[in-house]
Amino acid sequence: MAEVRAIRSAAPPVRPEFETRPGEAAHIGDAARPLTPWERLVNDTTARRIFILVVLAIAWELYARWVKNPLMFPSFLDMSEALYDNFVNGPLIDRTLTTIKVLLLGYTAGIAIAAVLTTIAVSTRIGTDLLSTLTAMFNPLPAIALLPLALLWFGLGIPSLIFVIIHSVLWAVALNTHTGFMAVSETQRMAGQNYGLRGIRYVMQILIPAAFPSILAGLKIGWAFAWRTLIAAELVFGVSSRSGGLGWFIFENRQQLETANVFAGLTTVIIIGLLVESVIFRTAETHTVRKWGMQR
Amino acid sequence: MDANGTGGARPLLEVDGVTLQYKTREHLVTATYRVSFKVWPSDRFVLLGPSGCGKSTLLKGVAGFMRPVEGTMHLNGRDIDRPGPDRMMVFQEFDQLLPWKTVRQNVMFPMLVSGRFARAEAEQRALAYIDKVNLTKFRDAYPHTLSGGMKQRVAIARAMAMEPDILLMDEPFAALDALTRRKMQEELLQLWADTRFTVLFVTHSIEEAIIVGSRILVMSPHPGQVKAELNSDVFDHAAQGGIEFQALQQRIHNMLFAERIEEDKAVAHG
Repeated sequence: MAEVRAIRSAAPPVRPEFETRPGEAAHIGDAARPLTPWERLVNDTTARRIFILVVLAIAWELYARWVKNPLMFPSFLDMSEALYDNFVNGPLIDRTLTTIKVLLLGYTAGIAIAAVLTTIAVSTRIGTDLLSTLTAMFNPLPAIALLPLALLWFGLGIPSLIFVIIHSVLWAVALNTHTGFMAVSETQRMAGQNYGLRGIRYVMQILIPAAFPSILAGLKIGWAFAWRTLIAAELVFGVSSRSGGLGWFIFENRQQLETANVFAGLTTVIIIGLLVESVIFRTAETHTVRKWGMQR
Repeated sequence: MDANGTGGARPLLEVDGVTLQYKTREHLVTATYRVSFKVWPSDRFVLLGPSGCGKSTLLKGVAGFMRPVEGTMHLNGRDIDRPGPDRMMVFQEFDQLLPWKTVRQNVMFPMLVSGRFARAEAEQRALAYIDKVNLTKFRDAYPHTLSGGMKQRVAIARAMAMEPDILLMDEPFAALDALTRRKMQEELLQLWADTRFTVLFVTHSIEEAIIVGSRILVMSPHPGQVKAELNSDVFDHAAQGGIEFQALQQRIHNMLFAERIEEDKAVAHG
């Protein structure tokens, strides 16, 4: 109480009034100036990421040379050589293509089913409950855990792989899309209805673009899930046919103690993941959600 | 004057004994109780009242987002049963613009999806109305690059370009700073002077109601009921300091203030 009184009694000094004109700001420099090439390079996300990759590669090379055990840990250069060799002369291209083909099949099918489920979920309340319950049940279930069942139902081969990929994509994509739809602001919904939009036109023209950040995030997560599930599943039973995928390539080379090739296979998985993330998804983001200011 | 309903053939909007209710998680709330009013063509009709008087809910009812549990609402003699582009709504929130469309595309969008205008005509009208709200420089900008006041201008242009039977405005300037709000009120009155559209305007500011409106429906809260209907066509920003303006302001203030005293008493006794 005493303190409060003390603060209140200390009146600020009376100061003279004045008016002024804004002066020249020339001494600070131009109001706007182009960035230097270095500043631009530092601002460029791709450049920064490539820098990180280079640093990682150098660290790898140095560590491997220090360990000197190519059987356990081949150097970056050994791996690069194996990678090149397997791409040009070996089976790596075939294996990669096989994997990507199966992956795309499963991924597209998963997204299609997710679209149907989400449409049912947004149009009816029981549909919402259905989707929530199914997602809560199956999303935590690792796709690989379903592999024995898939083998029982579909046998060794591509259908089993596609089954587990669908399982891994479906719930992630459906969950994200539905969350995105739920988060569309009441104002935007009312604006859309105000124009007389209803049914499928309302979903296509208002809900999907408004929920696009979440949908894109779902697609990204789904892609990553599909990728890991497939490689893991191939490790288990790429054996079935002669045209095995990347997972089988890795497994086969481990059996033969071709460790550099194992690393080459893993690196291929990583490179494809990086390319899809930084080229396809990033381009999609730049042209949509970033341009619209819905995401930084 | 026509605008005050003496010369027009019949009212544009007739709201008759409307009771609106909505459900929250725990309560069934009666937002308005047997509210009646008539809006005539070229009216600047203001719904004025403190928060909780159901004025926004009433506007949503007229927009077709809610059905009344009692009473009727007719626009041009037709029953209002669903949202439609003959009643364009301008919301308070800045996110009413679609962020994936530029200013021009936002203004064109309702004209295209309602099928009322062909693309070329829609584009022409969009540009004309964007020019009317002084945003020609920003016609290809995305909404996230605009200030709050600019976004509201786009929303107004978008609604007006449709030339709806009636323009519904739900506290469109409430989220703006005082200077911008005043400017927007002036611009709205200027637009009205140009085209004489009909507008149903919701606000909780007595001053804004008197300046923007030509007729004011004063509402009391819990549940919303009609307290008075007043004329305010003669007042604009220039009249703001005047005696009559202040008298009207005081009169409305007393109406709303008296309500609060009664309510306090009721609480004290209850």
